[in-house]
Amino acid sequence: MQDAANLKDYRKQLREALENEFQRQALDKFAVAYRTSRSNAFAGIDAPELIAEIAAAKDAAVDHLPELFEEFKRHAEAAGTKVHWAATAHDANEIIGAIAKENGVRTVVKSKSMTAEEIHLNDHLEGQGLEVTETDLGEWIIQLRHEGPSHMVMPAIHLSRYQVADLFTEVTHKQQDVDIQKLVKVARRELRPKYCQADMGISGANFAIAATGSIGIITNEGNARLTTTLPRVHVALAGIDKLAPTLHEALRIIKCLPKNATGQAITSYVTWITGAVPAASAKDGKKVHHVVFLDNGRMAMARDPEFKQVLRCIRCGACANVCPIYRLVGGHKYGHVYIGAIGLVATYFFHGREKARNLVQNCLNCGACKAVCAAGIDLPTLIKEIHARIQDEEGHPLYSKAVGQVLKNRTLFHTMLKSARLAQKPVTGGTPFLRHLPMFLFKDHDFRALPAIADTAFRERWEKIRPRVDKADVKVALFSGCVQDFVYPEQMEAAVAVIASRPGVAMDYPMGQSCCGLPLMMLGEKKAAKELAAHNMNAIDAQGFDYIVTLCASCASYLKHGYKRLFKDDPAMAFKAAQFTDRVIDFSSFVHDVLGMADESFAGPAKDVTYHAPCHLCRGLGVTEAPRALLRDAGLNYLPAAEEDVCCGFGGSFSVKFPELSKELLRKKIDNLKATGATAMATDCPGCIMQIRGGFEHDGTTFEVRHVAEYLAERLKRK
Amino acid sequence: MPTSLSLVDRMQEKAVLAAAVVSKVASMDEAIAYVADVCANKEACQILASGCAEPLSDTAEELCRTKQQKIVCAPDMPEDVVAKLAALCEERGIAVITKGMRKRLGGIDIALTMAAAGIAETGTIVVRSTDEEVRLATMVAETHIAVLPAGAVVADSYDLEDRMAEWMAGPDYTAFITGPSRTADIERVLALGVHGPLELHLLILEGN
Ligand code: SF4
Ligand code: SF4
Repeated sequence: MQDAANLKDYRKQLREALENEFQRQALDKFAVAYRTSRSNAFAGIDAPELIAEIAAAKDAAVDHLPELFEEFKRHAEAAGTKVHWAATAHDANEIIGAIAKENGVRTVVKSKSMTAEEIHLNDHLEGQGLEVTETDLGEWIIQLRHEGPSHMVMPAIHLSRYQVADLFTEVTHKQQDVDIQKLVKVARRELRPKYCQADMGISGANFAIAATGSIGIITNEGNARLTTTLPRVHVALAGIDKLAPTLHEALRIIKCLPKNATGQAITSYVTWITGAVPAASAKDGKKVHHVVFLDNGRMAMARDPEFKQVLRCIRCGACANVCPIYRLVGGHKYGHVYIGAIGLVATYFFHGREKARNLVQNCLNCGACKAVCAAGIDLPTLIKEIHARIQDEEGHPLYSKAVGQVLKNRTLFHTMLKSARLAQKPVTGGTPFLRHLPMFLFKDHDFRALPAIADTAFRERWEKIRPRVDKADVKVALFSGCVQDFVYPEQMEAAVAVIASRPGVAMDYPMGQSCCGLPLMMLGEKKAAKELAAHNMNAIDAQGFDYIVTLCASCASYLKHGYKRLFKDDPAMAFKAAQFTDRVIDFSSFVHDVLGMADESFAGPAKDVTYHAPCHLCRGLGVTEAPRALLRDAGLNYLPAAEEDVCCGFGGSFSVKFPELSKELLRKKIDNLKATGATAMATDCPGCIMQIRGGFEHDGTTFEVRHVAEYLAERLKRK
Repeated sequence: MPTSLSLVDRMQEKAVLAAAVVSKVASMDEAIAYVADVCANKEACQILASGCAEPLSDTAEELCRTKQQKIVCAPDMPEDVVAKLAALCEERGIAVITKGMRKRLGGIDIALTMAAAGIAETGTIVVRSTDEEVRLATMVAETHIAVLPAGAVVADSYDLEDRMAEWMAGPDYTAFITGPSRTADIERVLALGVHGPLELHLLILEGN
């Protein structure tokens, strides 16, 4: 459970987590294995379609939760179940506590329930003098250790067999062997008597089917079947978001959930319980059966147009499985009770601002979670949104406000960059330019060398290099982004040369353009980001162009998707934003798909080159083929690297706030690149280039790191 | 190619992937003989309830003493099947019971059940277990042997939607079971039989 008081403490906790070798290796191994098992599990299934089906069904249900509740209640009560609505965590605890009291319950067995974790049910029942035993192996282990789960599906993934053997030795008072198969058998035997003795069983519910008043529970161990069978009382606790109109929706989710969670086709058990079933232990031979639905902020969320998609979550845990941050620090540092990307969002709603404040800053915006989510939730955007909300509620930190002020004033920002250029003059070598922006007052940057600001910005070169085109078939506006404008103008020049090699393409570089505004979103400065977006949309009159081409994957993805979102509630601006975003395209797609440039355009000696897929290109824009095809067409020998599409750790201001994490991600990236045997790498994002080139420089390895445009430009066939 | 396989073959293939032991039988008699054989051939040490061989706390140890004899439980099975099974088992010193599972929580050897349906896509069997004895037998037994009529196999779970909705119209307890009980909670290492059966055998009953 993450509970740091401030960002400084949180970073300290993160550093400690980084030192946990066992956990790091376990999560690394899992992340790699998960990829393969997931894609095997979905082989032959149209995963995007299934996910869209689930998202649509969930959205429809979320709009009718009160009606579904009434329908569920009617059917369940007809079958002998008592149904409750708990408005808050406190209410849910009270209701379940009262059920225990009125049935003379003294011992309780539980099968896994994240919702019970959410309301800290065990604490409440134990406070009432009850003995509560978790029966899911992982949950039992963490219960005995008095800690929370570190993964939603595998709660004890952070522990080694040695730790479990020690724990079981303590519990059984017998020396236990460090053998997983044996430890599992010990747990089996130790837990069996608990079921026999228990008066009450508590389970969660993956589904609550309104049409029949049934619940569905997904498990592998089968403990839910014993928990719901042996004790005379059964209470199921479910978030109201678990309501589904019919079995139809549940069957779709079952098709997806285990595959997305662990790559299993289906879990060993799916249990469907309707009403009060026969139970020999009960007085009248019928189970005392209750279902408690928990609101705890869910209804408010259901009414929030931005956040209602959170209620689609089916708790598969995939968003943690693929998250590069989770993989480094584990669930106890990457969530409060709910962990992973969804945990960052859920924590704010279920456990409050206090618990979420630090967590939501610890996101690279890499989009890996969104790409894998079983319910199609736009997690990275929601995480940023919460960050912005928290700052709106609590006041914005000085540095982030200052950055907002600077960035949204183009003249001031550009003047500052120019004076930074002058200031670095007397210093030889790579003066870190980032230090000259007010936000970058943090230390700990020495893991990568940062580039200096270029002598002449691209905007100052433009008039001299701009190609004159008499008869234009295609009109293009270039959007440079700050980094290419001021740090890497040569990348822009290369792009201009490549595009100009095609006759009939007229290029313009509208001078009024400024930073795209993504760094402000990363800092939670949504208002300033919006002003900046409006500024850029004015500076580049979209109607005058067929395409707005950018070489920066982050800018491209943000211009395309972010701008639309910013203005979705403002009809006039939304129209303008649509005109603008529809024209935005990344450099590689433009050159490959629109200009149709292929091998006949290029010549040059063969050369090994590997590739880094920028998050905002491969996931943000779904562009994977164009850059690779161009490299091959240009006669380069493209050598794929392991985990090519995993974030390099840049994440804009992220790398400044969490340098230790950024450094680790960079180290992995560099290792994977080196392992290809190539000594050159191409990519499509100046941020990634800054990070990776800096990493190699710091490392002392000679490795060429350049933009795809630069490789293409040097291989253009001269006419 | 899976597409060219019949439903039953697909069912078999997928169930095996989920670690079930699958055989085809031509008649109920054959199934009964199979059950008696599996039970008789269980290693002596496996007569122990699973986990008894490990160092246990005193309370957990206690439960192991409840098991003294090899037992097959055949709840909710037609009387003639139970009678035949009992006759076959008796000569091998195996007890056949149909109820009283609550007194056998230390474990029994085999639970014999009928599956109401099979889902070929995942190798899943559907066991209606509203009868508490069925529910317990299929959890407490170390080996669960289910007879699945070939004609009850459907392509995927979607095909069962209507039938299940009918079952669920009143008090009901239905289980999808795919392979034996499993966990990977310790270091993600797969272990079978954590709370439920260590083995699941599927006898696909061909013909009518
Ligand atoms: S966007 Fe990337 S870093 Fe952020 S939560 Fe998702 S996977 Fe993790
Ligand atoms: S947010 Fe998506 S990926 Fe994460 S647990 Fe929920 S459904 Fe799974």
